[in-house]
Amino acid sequence: MPEVYQPKIVAFLCNWCTYLAADLAGTSRLKYAPNVRAVRVMCSGRVDPQFVLEAFARGADGVLIGGCHPGDCHYQEGNYKALRRYELLRRLLNQMGIENDRFRLEWISAAEGERVKTVVNDMVEKLRVLGPRVPVRRKEVA
Amino acid sequence: MKPAIAFYWCASCGGCEEAVVDLDEALLDVVNAVEIVFWPVALDFKVKDVEARPDGSILATFINGAVRTSEQHEMVRLLRAKSRVVVAFGVCAQLGGIPGLANLSDAKGIFAEVYRDGVTPQRLHRHNGHALALPEFFDTVSALDAVIDVDYYVPGCPPTPNIVRDAVTALLGAELPPKGAVLAPDKALCEQCPRKETRPEKLLVKEFKRVHQVVADQQTCLLAQGLVCQGPATRAGCDARCIRGNMPCTGCFGPTSRVRDFGAKVLSATASVIDGNDESSIAQAMNGLPDPVGTFYRYSLPSSLLGRRLE
Repeated sequence: MPEVYQPKIVAFLCNWCTYLAADLAGTSRLKYAPNVRAVRVMCSGRVDPQFVLEAFARGADGVLIGGCHPGDCHYQEGNYKALRRYELLRRLLNQMGIENDRFRLEWISAAEGERVKTVVNDMVEKLRVLGPRVPVRRKEVA
Repeated sequence: MKPAIAFYWCASCGGCEEAVVDLDEALLDVVNAVEIVFWPVALDFKVKDVEARPDGSILATFINGAVRTSEQHEMVRLLRAKSRVVVAFGVCAQLGGIPGLANLSDAKGIFAEVYRDGVTPQRLHRHNGHALALPEFFDTVSALDAVIDVDYYVPGCPPTPNIVRDAVTALLGAELPPKGAVLAPDKALCEQCPRKETRPEKLLVKEFKRVHQVVADQQTCLLAQGLVCQGPATRAGCDARCIRGNMPCTGCFGPTSRVRDFGAKVLSATASVIDGNDESSIAQAMNGLPDPVGTFYRYSLPSSLLGRRLE
């Protein structure tokens, strides 16, 4: 059987919603693609664009940010800031040769374990279509 | 014996050389205090003069410009060996600078664009038994510290006279700054901005505008007027010269010491002030930002986390 390409996804998940949803998916024993490395952050608004770039620079095939639905942010407007940064960063990544499907922002509440499964499975499928990324060249001298 | 000093330029526009001359009378004091042993733009020394010197015999070499050809690559390695201190002078040497935007393309793409349907330079030319070789043109432009070890950085496009003067004073002083230091204040430009007081507590922008689209008010915060001013994330030290000229900061002094990727940080600061909570109003605001890489990585693409466009 030919080996299936396993894309690596770094997921920054909000402590108050998407991380709990991923937890729920686990306790509900939902089966989904094992390609996600979850990083818990206090808010999607905490995700510095540098985190996303670093993930790509270190070889992630995709980056997922999970936050609370609009209006539901634990800190009032962190997810709106995340959305603004996401929209601008997506445009910048495009210019850098990183396709839209590699970078995704999703609103997933603590009750939506099923949605975690759908989003991750869908993202893995799209990343398989895109194939592995060209690695980032490191410096000549440290 | 006076300490030996050298200057070299790589992929640059010559503005950094101007910045040295812009020291005016103070330049004479510098020249009196040192012996200049190599400075291609101004003095007639040859590469073999440098090669003939013992290793480490030059006190300090100031290198401006990014590294994009094999000749520059060889020269900076030679100068590194001969110098006790290497200073990346100006933002092109520090972070890659404007020439670094070529990292959105590669050698083939650039040659196709520049020499379209014309004569493309050949690396090796033979004529009457003589051969003339051109340096290799790399696919990727690098900041200086990606090629050699760099001791200090003098930021700016070009470094302003006060920064150059302070840097020279620091290097000639009894106690050298810590290795790797950027010789400029480690705080954001907004701190030095003459319009600081006019920056609103809650800054929100409905629509970004490009400089040619508006006549900016001369007193109030440029970011609050919808111009992409990079002061919030850019290192201070230039005395806000562009702002005094009613132009927004484009980030030529690079980041402060806490930031790894300058463009990402400016992008973050810029996106945060957008007055909109849904895709369509955010997209509307971003109409004035047609070129995020050219705006946020204007001077720093080679030293960014990704470094170049990935194919």
